[in-house]
Amino acid sequence: MEAVVFLFSLLDCCALIFLSVYFIITLSDLECDYINARSCCSKLNKWVIPELIGHTIVTVLMLVSLHWFIFLLNLPVATWNIYRFIMVPSGNMGVFDPTEIHNRGQLKSHMKEAMIKLGFYLLCFFMYLYSMILALIND
Amino acid sequence: MSAPAGSPHPAAGARMPPKLGGAASGLAPPQQNGPAPSQMQVPSGYGLPHQNYMAPSGHYSQGPGKMTSLPLDNQCDNYYSRPYTVPTQNVGTPSSANQPGAQQMYGRGPPASHMGGSTPGSIQGALASASHPYTSASQPYSSFGNRYSSPATYSASSSASQGYPSTCSHYPVSTVSNVVYPNVSYPSLPASEPYGQMFTSQSAPSARPVNDSYSGPSTAVTYPSRPPPPPSQHHHQQQQSHSGYSSVPWSAPGLPPAQDNLIRNQMGSLAPANNRPSNNENVQPPKSSSIVSTVLPGPSSTRMPPAPSHPVGPLPSAPPTPEQMQTKVRFPGPSHAGCGKWRLNRDPGLWGTCIGRMRERPPEKFAIKGMQYGDYVNNQASSTPTPLSSASDDEEEEDEDEEAGVDSSSTTSSASPLPNSYDALEGGSYPDMHSSSASSPAPDRASEPNSTLAQALSAAPAPTAPHPTKVAKPFGYGYPTLQPAYQNAAPPPSSGGGHPSGPGYSGYPQHYPGVNQLSSGLGGLSLQSSPQPESLRPVNLTQEKNILPPTPIWAPIPNLSAELSKLNCSPDSFRCTLTNIPQTQALLNKAKLPLGLLLHPFRDLTQLPVITSNTIVRCRSCRTYINPFVSFIDQRRWKCNLCYRVNDVPEEFLYNPLTRSYGEPHKRPEVQNSTVEFIASSDYMLRPPQPAVYLFVLDVSHNAVEAGYLSVLCQSLLDNLDKLPGDSRTRIGFMTFDSTIHFYNLQEGLSQPQMLIVSDIDDVFLPTPDSLLVNLHESKELIKDLLNALPNMFINTRETHSALGPALQAAFKLMSPTGGRVSVFQTQLPSLGAGLLQSREDPNQRSSTKVVHHLGPATDFYKKLALDCSGQQTAVDLFLLSSQYSDLASLACMSKYSAGCIFYYPSFHSTHNPSQAEKLQKDLKRYLTRKIGFEAVMRIRCTKGLSMHTFHGNFFVRSTDLLSLANINPDAGFAVQLLIEESLTDTSLVCFQTALLYTSSKGERRIRVHTLCLPVVSSLADVYAGVDVQAAICLLANMAVDRSVSSSLSDARDALVNAVVDPLSAYSSVVSSVPRSTLTAPSSLKLLPLYVLALLKQKAFRTGTSTRLDDRVYAMCQMKSQPLVHLMKMIHPNLYRIDRLTDEGAIHVNDRVVPQPSLQKLSAEKLTREGAFLMDCGSVFYIWIGKGCDNNFIENVLGYPDFAAVPPKMTHLPELDTLSSERTRSFITWLRDNRPLSPVLHMVKDESPAKTEFFQHLIEDRTEAAFSYYEFLIHIQQQICK
Repeated sequence: MEAVVFLFSLLDCCALIFLSVYFIITLSDLECDYINARSCCSKLNKWVIPELIGHTIVTVLMLVSLHWFIFLLNLPVATWNIYRFIMVPSGNMGVFDPTEIHNRGQLKSHMKEAMIKLGFYLLCFFMYLYSMILALIND
Repeated sequence: MSAPAGSPHPAAGARMPPKLGGAASGLAPPQQNGPAPSQMQVPSGYGLPHQNYMAPSGHYSQGPGKMTSLPLDNQCDNYYSRPYTVPTQNVGTPSSANQPGAQQMYGRGPPASHMGGSTPGSIQGALASASHPYTSASQPYSSFGNRYSSPATYSASSSASQGYPSTCSHYPVSTVSNVVYPNVSYPSLPASEPYGQMFTSQSAPSARPVNDSYSGPSTAVTYPSRPPPPPSQHHHQQQQSHSGYSSVPWSAPGLPPAQDNLIRNQMGSLAPANNRPSNNENVQPPKSSSIVSTVLPGPSSTRMPPAPSHPVGPLPSAPPTPEQMQTKVRFPGPSHAGCGKWRLNRDPGLWGTCIGRMRERPPEKFAIKGMQYGDYVNNQASSTPTPLSSASDDEEEEDEDEEAGVDSSSTTSSASPLPNSYDALEGGSYPDMHSSSASSPAPDRASEPNSTLAQALSAAPAPTAPHPTKVAKPFGYGYPTLQPAYQNAAPPPSSGGGHPSGPGYSGYPQHYPGVNQLSSGLGGLSLQSSPQPESLRPVNLTQEKNILPPTPIWAPIPNLSAELSKLNCSPDSFRCTLTNIPQTQALLNKAKLPLGLLLHPFRDLTQLPVITSNTIVRCRSCRTYINPFVSFIDQRRWKCNLCYRVNDVPEEFLYNPLTRSYGEPHKRPEVQNSTVEFIASSDYMLRPPQPAVYLFVLDVSHNAVEAGYLSVLCQSLLDNLDKLPGDSRTRIGFMTFDSTIHFYNLQEGLSQPQMLIVSDIDDVFLPTPDSLLVNLHESKELIKDLLNALPNMFINTRETHSALGPALQAAFKLMSPTGGRVSVFQTQLPSLGAGLLQSREDPNQRSSTKVVHHLGPATDFYKKLALDCSGQQTAVDLFLLSSQYSDLASLACMSKYSAGCIFYYPSFHSTHNPSQAEKLQKDLKRYLTRKIGFEAVMRIRCTKGLSMHTFHGNFFVRSTDLLSLANINPDAGFAVQLLIEESLTDTSLVCFQTALLYTSSKGERRIRVHTLCLPVVSSLADVYAGVDVQAAICLLANMAVDRSVSSSLSDARDALVNAVVDPLSAYSSVVSSVPRSTLTAPSSLKLLPLYVLALLKQKAFRTGTSTRLDDRVYAMCQMKSQPLVHLMKMIHPNLYRIDRLTDEGAIHVNDRVVPQPSLQKLSAEKLTREGAFLMDCGSVFYIWIGKGCDNNFIENVLGYPDFAAVPPKMTHLPELDTLSSERTRSFITWLRDNRPLSPVLHMVKDESPAKTEFFQHLIEDRTEAAFSYYEFLIHIQQQICK
């Protein structure tokens, strides 16, 4: 059972990693002027909710399966994701707003955030992998 | 192209003569002026530019066929006639009277004096004389005259007269240049002369006489030379081809303006091919191809062409070329500037000597010499003419700028074709040319062409012929000496101040010069402009009673070498908060000052060099446009000042159209002016330039009809329908909406406008695919019918709903195929369909000191719509005329992100609130007639190491440094925050460049480039010394607006206070030796606390005073989108006492004496009951009249017997025939002339209820909720000591 939980987490984490990489690539495209802010933001905003859901599911799964350490590890990131989503001003077009992304270093902070998440997901990936193998061996 | 390259060297010499031509060109400008009287009037300094402006009108008119109509024609005639009659020697007499403009031009140029008062005339005469040789040309002229009636032609003619009689100066010039090339060997002599002449012409009238003489001789010579007709013809052809090349280069630099003009004029006639193609920018008369080949010089050819018809086959072709040349080259502005500068710089002595020599030689001798030197002479002559033409070109160019329209476009198009022909031509002729140039052959050729021209000319004015001979010799002598002077001379920076909106150009130019002069004069006096010692002088703020200087504050001048600061961009267009850039971010952090740029890129300018070039020279890696601050490693390479890459100098760039010289890339107008405009080629277009398209979306719900704005708008539109910027393709459309959307079919042929109603607002569609946006000219009658009917059409409406969102969606659909401008008039909260809004304001919270909510938009509908519009090159301008809360915060998004503008008229009512109605009417007039640029983008570049991180203004940031502006208007300002990413230790200068690429209303793609250069400093004291406090406060205001929206108003207020506390505390702890117990600031920062206090009391940021949410949001929008000049008046109004105006210190503007009362501080303590005060708030004037005001004033100025009789709502000063009334009115008029929107005047009587409006601007006083200035200082001091 435990192995299944971690297998699912592993797959979910893979998806999140790909998503982070996609975020980074798209943002750096914007930085390099390959795409314009409008299309960049509409691309990214599409994936904000899937990412949020994907990560929240894993977090809840860990809570349900009573893996406290992993749950606590995921909690801050999940909280940040939700906070960020909720705090979008009513006039903005999503977490990524094309009219503001070039202002006040927002692009850089988005980039930084995506990088940190990528690192975090990679860490989680190996953790889940290890846990899964451990669970399989224990079985 | 290669041919030109070959030519260059020899050409250099040859080109020198062109300079003479340049002088001639100088003359030519006058001619241009002549056409446009207004230009003439223009102040000497600016005269040229003005002229250009004026010219533009001419051009426009020309564009199509209007040319004839222009006054210029008449002038031209005069010119021609004069030149011819007078011919050579009497330079002064003939023309002077007729051509004031020309005179003025010269006057400036010629400090030298020769001609003195008569100079202009004399010059012209000289020109004329020059032309005479070309008499044949002159005849052609007359013919041309008809065609070209436009000013440009004039210039051309003038130039032609000088240099090459033939077509016109331009053409002749070009020919000359050609000649020059061939002559290359000649260069030394002729070249020198040309220079001298050029300069002289520009600088001093005296020089011109010489020119005249020269021209005369040259022509004479040419005639002799002709003898070898058969060969000559061949030569001609070859030469022509050569000349074409050479001309190209030439024309590009010197001639451009003239060429432009000519080109425009002649475009049709000339064969474009020759000039344009190969030449860089200037010479490119595309059309003349056939002609071109012969006359290459294209420029000259333009006028000539007609002449050619007479005798010489080849010649005729030449004339056309000149036209081409002209069209291509548009440097009017620069050239003028250059001329001015040169004049200044040049040593009169040198010129004098040169001239003297020239004169000394008797005509006869000249003639003889001419014979001997025939070749040389010809060359010289040709060269001389060119300069003249160039000058004319310059002027023309300026004109073009403003006009920007028809002519230019045509020229550009023509240019491209020409190059091809050029190459072909050049290829053949080139080699010959060079060889010839060095050796006698070249002269022959030159002579031949000249002769041809001469023949042509001779037909008309024979007299000129004699003169030419003289010219040749002088040139030779003068050249060497002159050159150095030439080089030394730096072109004066052009200052621009005019705001000509379409119609009023003529008037503006005149005013401006005065203003500019004044400002420059005052600049010297102002504290800030003085060197560091003064700006660093510690000021004890708490003890300094009169912190506000009595005169307006001018921007500090960057601490650069005299040469660089002369070239630097005008602070009106481009300012940096720190005129000394700190070396590192650490140093900037220590100083705690904001670093950023304030831009006013599309400002109305009185002088703007316009450059038409085949290749726009840019850095290959960072794409920076070449600018005055690049360094030339040698003649062939330049180093980019932003990225330090070494680039090649293109061949065409070696030719200077201004001076007609070759091999001096550093004297090109691009390198002599920090503000230039390029005519862009098709490389800069994603699609064909769009036409001007205007769509009006009008609210006709009950609320709107009740307010009565429709009648004001329709009347305004009817009045200004013909003044809408645009060309023959201009399109216009109307939509109205309440709960449904009404379209109007205005298709030509209908008997009356057809109204189409779409009631399905959930899924809006266009009832017909076309005929909703119709051609303004074809359907003018229907449009007028509609405008007359509209105010009464909905008078009985009961519909109270407003479906703004669906109407905007429909407007977007209507506009998306073309792009353009949508003007939305809205009077209430949108209540139906997409984008509907709810009232968010709680009136009880208006004076809350805590949190102000709802500064941001309620929905992203308008933002998305704006981005869609922006993507389709459509800008949405919002006019909100509302008496109730309308959620401007949400509605404003439609304009903010589509690069539109926002106008807000609270509690508008056409009868109950007449002052608002008057304001709307005045704003509309400006709005409808001001210049407009379509499908624009703006890119800001800065030296490596600096980076931009936040932009302020109305636009959409498409990528890191690219602002997408669907429309650009002259009243839009922008701000950018900067970051120092890398240490700037290895550079002593940093540069910023903005490039604004737009489509003019005439369908021409243009690039306006501003370049600012600032020094880098390493010490904190230097950083403080260079603070531009006004720029800093404007940037702070922009940042505070952002902060209020993204965070909260109280955050923004705290940040503003910190913006004062931090730098002052850093200053006292690091720099100053003064004890910390006192509040000291460097002199450069002494106004910072005052301005920040003013900001805190501004509607946008104040708390505690009842402020309607829409008012607050509107103030914020203004801060983001206003240029610095207007914003400063809004933040800190100017207060003057006007009941005792005297002539002391008065300035003279256009024969009017304008009193200059001193600035009063904004405090009630300055208001005395015995006085009357004027407060200038930018968009509003208040006149406050004290209860005990002198009855003399009330009677003499207001026209009422005593205080009690003055009505409470006066908005105009009566025109009384008294001295004090005259002074007051002239002062107010002068203030008004300085701004685009004519402010409304409010009379405020002491103790009237309206006085609160006035008193809220007295920001130094204490109010219930805010500090007085002194209290604020104490507060700051406490903060610092914490």
